[in-house]
Amino acid sequence: MIPNTIAITPQLVAEHGLKPDEYKRILELIGREPTFTELGIFSAMWNEHCSYKSSRLHLKTLPTKAPWVIQGPGENAGVIDIGEGLACVFKMESHNHPSYIEPYQGATTGVGGILRDVFTMGARPVACLNALRFGDPSHPRTRHLVSGVVAGIGGYGNSFGVPTVGGQMGFHTRYDGNILVNAMAVGIAKADEIFYAKATGVGNPIVYLGSKTGRDGIHGATMASAEFDDKSEEKRPTVQVGDPFAEKLLLEACLELMQTGSVIAIQDMGAAGLTCSAVEMGAKGDLGIELDLDKVPCREAGMSAYEMMLSESQERMLMVLDPAKEKQAEAIFVKWGLDFAVIGKTTDTLRFVVKHHGEVMADLPIKELGDEAPLYDRPHVASAPQPTIAPESVAAPLSNEKALLKLIGAPELCSKRWVWEQYDHLILGNTVQAPGGDAAVVRVLDGPKGLALTSDVTPRYCEADPVEGGKQAVAEAWRNITAVGGQPLAITDNLNFGNPERPDAMGQFVGCIRGIGAACTALDFPVVSGNVSLYNETNGRGILPTPTIGGVGLVDDVAECAGVGFGAEGEALLLIGDTAGWLGQSVYLRDICGREEGAPPPVDLAVERRNGDFVRGLIRSGRVRTAHDCSDGGLAVALAEMAMASGIGATLETPPPGLPLHAALFGEDQARYVLAVTPARADAILAEARAAGVPALRIGRSGGDALTLPGERPISVTALRSAHEAWLPDYMAGKAA
Amino acid sequence: MKAAVVIFPGSNRERDAGRALRDASGHEPHYVWHADHELPRGTDLVVLPGGFSYGDYLRCGAIAGRANIMDAVRAHAARGGLVLGVCNGFQILVESGLLPGVLMRNAQLRFVCKMQHLKVDRADTPFASAYHVGQVIKVAIAHGEGNYVADEDTIDRLEHEGRVAFRYCDADGHVGGSANPNGSLHDIAGIYSAGFNVLGMMPHPENLIDPLVGGTDGRGLFASLVDHFAATAA
Repeated sequence: MIPNTIAITPQLVAEHGLKPDEYKRILELIGREPTFTELGIFSAMWNEHCSYKSSRLHLKTLPTKAPWVIQGPGENAGVIDIGEGLACVFKMESHNHPSYIEPYQGATTGVGGILRDVFTMGARPVACLNALRFGDPSHPRTRHLVSGVVAGIGGYGNSFGVPTVGGQMGFHTRYDGNILVNAMAVGIAKADEIFYAKATGVGNPIVYLGSKTGRDGIHGATMASAEFDDKSEEKRPTVQVGDPFAEKLLLEACLELMQTGSVIAIQDMGAAGLTCSAVEMGAKGDLGIELDLDKVPCREAGMSAYEMMLSESQERMLMVLDPAKEKQAEAIFVKWGLDFAVIGKTTDTLRFVVKHHGEVMADLPIKELGDEAPLYDRPHVASAPQPTIAPESVAAPLSNEKALLKLIGAPELCSKRWVWEQYDHLILGNTVQAPGGDAAVVRVLDGPKGLALTSDVTPRYCEADPVEGGKQAVAEAWRNITAVGGQPLAITDNLNFGNPERPDAMGQFVGCIRGIGAACTALDFPVVSGNVSLYNETNGRGILPTPTIGGVGLVDDVAECAGVGFGAEGEALLLIGDTAGWLGQSVYLRDICGREEGAPPPVDLAVERRNGDFVRGLIRSGRVRTAHDCSDGGLAVALAEMAMASGIGATLETPPPGLPLHAALFGEDQARYVLAVTPARADAILAEARAAGVPALRIGRSGGDALTLPGERPISVTALRSAHEAWLPDYMAGKAA
Repeated sequence: MKAAVVIFPGSNRERDAGRALRDASGHEPHYVWHADHELPRGTDLVVLPGGFSYGDYLRCGAIAGRANIMDAVRAHAARGGLVLGVCNGFQILVESGLLPGVLMRNAQLRFVCKMQHLKVDRADTPFASAYHVGQVIKVAIAHGEGNYVADEDTIDRLEHEGRVAFRYCDADGHVGGSANPNGSLHDIAGIYSAGFNVLGMMPHPENLIDPLVGGTDGRGLFASLVDHFAATAA
């Protein structure tokens, strides 16, 4: 065991991920050389993952307020008011680095961590979503990673007992060495019974709850704050192991305990474990914290103070309890078979003191540990603008029928059923709209209200133009919620980028933040929680910039929401929004023409809002029950998805005029929706659209058992489905590349 | 109908079961803790809900099958009392000796959650009187270890005694083949005890009680139970 008083060498400092100037800052702050444990505590608090040192400056620019926001960023999760005394608590977080090294456990602990963030605040989790990005399907590790991550997400959520209702999954060679696993959890709480991390009162007991502390995950957050190289697999011991059973017990015990009124403050032990949770509770409450590590329940004997302070063992909580109710609290935890130990107390010294075997192992100023963390204004350069690609300049290499079948059967747009059938998406009996539609809809308690939930981002757009890409990610989340009839309320952002010390990667981050901020402001869709994952880079090559947006909206009556499938034969199909045939950065251009280039479709936020508000109004007034947003793959793919969802075909009679047909079919212009309405209502809706200044076209009708594009042979719904469903199971069985 | 839902550490569909029972009977069930030794006085029906009792870290249901409360459940069954085990509850019933056979890992070695059709094999029991023989119903499945296996003699006996409750089928009622989601022998989705008072099944009828959430084909099972006790009381 390394002694606590070991001399701190520059090499030791570097091994803790601290830069020489950051170490100098530590020396100035405490006026002496830190002990080994203190060095570990600083490395845990000041790494990128915990301190947001490269991102803080820019995150501050995001809009975080609205009348319905109860708690914005800075707590375990965001909280919004959903009426009738209820609140929705949600957050998304990445577990990218661990999932690449050990996909099953990396993914499980990602899900476990985000669930804990939600129930720490007093909410019962009601849904999970995720966003997954893998490398090229032909990369030798991809199949293994997909299999492990999906099994891990399912393995945790299924056992814990929360439905996984939505998500997205994409492949691109730029994720070959850095996959993305972003997990989102959503819970429901009483609006006046939200629990926070801020400690109050001097001399109150600090209680450790949950699983025992082991040597797993030491320096996990530090690993997540560095880029990868060929030796990254050697970091496997820093990956934690998830135990959903323990988490389920912890959930029930915590919620039961909260009912007793004994919880003053609560913080889950996530990244940087005991260190981060204790410091945060003290610092937020302007109190000191004293810990006695002899009392910490340990899984193995002989753990040092350093190891205990940096362990990221899972399924653990820290609380400040009302001393009068300590016995009652302990009885609840004993009933659930969980560890309960008083390991310290709050003090009025503003010091963070850690004792072990009667010796002081660390004694640091608690506020400064967080407040004085480095803050960098990293140099950043804007991405070079990409040329606009005129629709006329793109020749169609395939017939539109063949192109459509190819697109819906390709990795990007194929059915992800193989994935979501491994997730229990039906538990709790409230899943009104299951995976596969626009937004998932989960009924709130016994209804009639529901939550509309989605996760969105289009990384290739963000790569080509970070600002427009950032806007588009928010706009698409807003649109998906709108398409089911929901009122979009707030987002959580999970910002995945490369190495911030490279000005181009930092420029992508800054650009995306600017776009996200603009869209959130224009759409009244504030950010209430989030997570930043930088250093997603291997051997000098970064990922595509991927700011995943998790959106939450409210449906007044789940019986009235719209779905993707056609409701009947002979419905009139209306296309809402302008079609310019934008092929730059489209999946058509990439997967059919083999060109990954051009500027992405621009997002006009005023138009986005106008068109979306119009569509939502139609759904809420009961006149539209079928709506689908046009996104990847454009109008043709949207129609195919509507046909496959219902088993009813459609005929596109009048495509948007004045364009090469393939651009009208596959262009990815934003702010568009396809609606199916009873023919008797179509003219009135078109007139209403005209009056509201919303572009709307009657483009065809539903019916038959095939989708017919202009000038093409009909494609049977059966043929669409077999093209759509085949690729992923075949690939995972080793049959496709 | 006085129902008791047993909660083991790791149970996670106890609220789903409770909602289905409440909707059918108008009464909230009792929730019974696994460490208790007795069922509430006058319990008519015991429900072992779905979940991952004890994390399913040993064989599914193996530890729960030996929990304190299971002695009381076995005594209840021995008196002819009704017991329904769903998913993990079915696994617990086979581990506790109340039903024969075992639930192995799904043949494709993956967890599977989807809507699944079942064919009703028997309708003259307290659990299925609202259905008719041959009826095709749609319910949810959500399990990683639902592959029903038993030795040949046991399977023969179950078939001979008409103890198969439901079989996996497609929407048109064709049993077996690709409609079997987990490899179960004879496409078995649920079985009865010799006295037809204990039913274990992998699918979740408790999740199909609402037209907004997939459909209402699961209601029949709970309605049958309510009818049974209403008739018994009358």
